Amino acid sequence: MARLQVETVINGEPREFLCDANQSMLDVLRDELGLTGTKEGCGTGDCGACSVLVDGRLVCSCLMLGVEASGKSVETIEGIAGEDGLHPLQRQFLENAALQCGICTPGFIVASKALLAKNPNPDEETIRYWLAGNLCRCTGYDKIIRAVQDAAAEMSHPA
Amino acid sequence: MESYAYAAPSSVSETVALLAQNASEGRQTQILAGGTDVLVQMRAAGHTPRTIIDIKTLAETNRLDVSADGIYIGAAVPSAVINEHALLRSALPGLLEAADLIGSTQIQGRATICGNLCNASPAGDSIPAMIAAGAICEIATAAGSREIAAEDFVVGVGRNALAPGEFLLGLKLAMPSAETKDAYLRFTPRTEMDIAVAGVGVSLTVAGGRCTQARVAIGAVAPTAMLVPEAAEALIGTDLNDTALHQAGEACKAAASPISDKRGTAEYRKKVVAVLCRRAIVVAHQRIQGA
Ligand SMILES: Cc1cc2nc3c(=O)[nH]c(=O)nc-3n(C[C@@H](O)[C@@H](O)[C@H](O)COP(=O)(O)OP(=O)(O)OC[C@H]3O[C@@H](n4cnc5c(N)ncnc54)[C@H](O)[C@@H]3O)c2cc1C
Ligand code: FES
Ligand code: FES
Repeated sequence: MARLQVETVINGEPREFLCDANQSMLDVLRDELGLTGTKEGCGTGDCGACSVLVDGRLVCSCLMLGVEASGKSVETIEGIAGEDGLHPLQRQFLENAALQCGICTPGFIVASKALLAKNPNPDEETIRYWLAGNLCRCTGYDKIIRAVQDAAAEMSHPA
Repeated sequence: MESYAYAAPSSVSETVALLAQNASEGRQTQILAGGTDVLVQMRAAGHTPRTIIDIKTLAETNRLDVSADGIYIGAAVPSAVINEHALLRSALPGLLEAADLIGSTQIQGRATICGNLCNASPAGDSIPAMIAAGAICEIATAAGSREIAAEDFVVGVGRNALAPGEFLLGLKLAMPSAETKDAYLRFTPRTEMDIAVAGVGVSLTVAGGRCTQARVAIGAVAPTAMLVPEAAEALIGTDLNDTALHQAGEACKAAASPISDKRGTAEYRKKVVAVLCRRAIVVAHQRIQGA
């Protein structure tokens, strides 16, 4: 099968890749581009481990074809940390021990970043609904919610 | 064996031509909108390779017009985008709450209500809401376009009224008057990320304290979502008192022909659809009263 050539922007960098017509963006990220920070939990849109931003919009990369990235800007967990270190969300996930095995964490952080971009000061209910599509088998969610709240506070009142 | 191919045509005529060409060459095609059903189907064992035709690059399917002259929701517009439209939210709160129930934030970033309709699941949440709101489907055909009412679009479980070579361009709706509001309620065992046991969409017009127009549609309790004219008749001319609400609920129950599965027995679904009908009427009525 002839592979398709796709030009896109990933984490701010122009990238080109080849993919099959039926290859998901998740598989492209992991298998073609070596960006293995984005995880596969289910492959069917249920767990959120594969969350990425496409033109700023939160989506499941397992429910998107690689070719659909053509002309778009994609942000993955690898693009979250700044030049000067971890993003406040990443730091607060560590501070709050909001991860155990860590497979859900990239998805939670990408999804939370999208939430804070839309709503810098979300209440607990808003956070829980926004993150309802991100599943975690380890933490029991409470620490994740607190990490997001602490990151929101830190981002609105930088120390 | 045939392999997967992908095309993103740049015009409606090119899309229709591509559908016709693939058909004449004996190749299977599938339209791709948000892909939240298509990609799941593609992963299933035994999925036959086909040409995926992405309609997200067409100007027509990306249209989202909301004005006094009418509402148009293009087939490529995802739920997240319609839910961010403040004027649309006040005009059709019921349709938007149905769209807002579809999956997670991530799913809503991609899923379209037109895809929800085309997929024709009995439990598709946006379908009863768009039927109640009186949506008209604009369909691209080889000859140009044709229109059918949303209640006539789904013809069976997973089957829609599109003929080979056609695709859905978008939904047309009238801009509701200040006396007209809609509502959608569904019941699921969990509060988020679950499939409806029953769903009810209603749209009411109330003038001078009397209901002058009503549309009631039910979902997840029959092979297709359907309009229940008897429920509307029970409401029109009344002040939406308890008796009228009860009769509308009973009409929904009578129209329902649900299956029994792990989410609920047929008897339970019939009971729930009547309750949801009454509650949705109350919600729509309160919206008209500005409560
Ligand atoms: C995790 C998860 C949770 C979900 N939860 C819900 C839920 O709570 N309620 C609910 O109702 N649904 C739910 N869904 C399904 C819902 O996301 C889809 O039905 C969605 O609305 C389909 O829209 P789409 O744009 O993604 O369509 P696609 O997946 O692109 O297409 C769906 C089908 O319609 C066809 N199609 C799409 N657009 C057109 C067109 N313009 N013309 C002709 N054919 C077309 C496609 O060929 C395909 O067969 C869920 C899905 C997932 C993965
Ligand atoms: S891997 Fe995409 S949602 Fe689970
Ligand atoms: S930390 Fe293990 S799944 Fe969330």
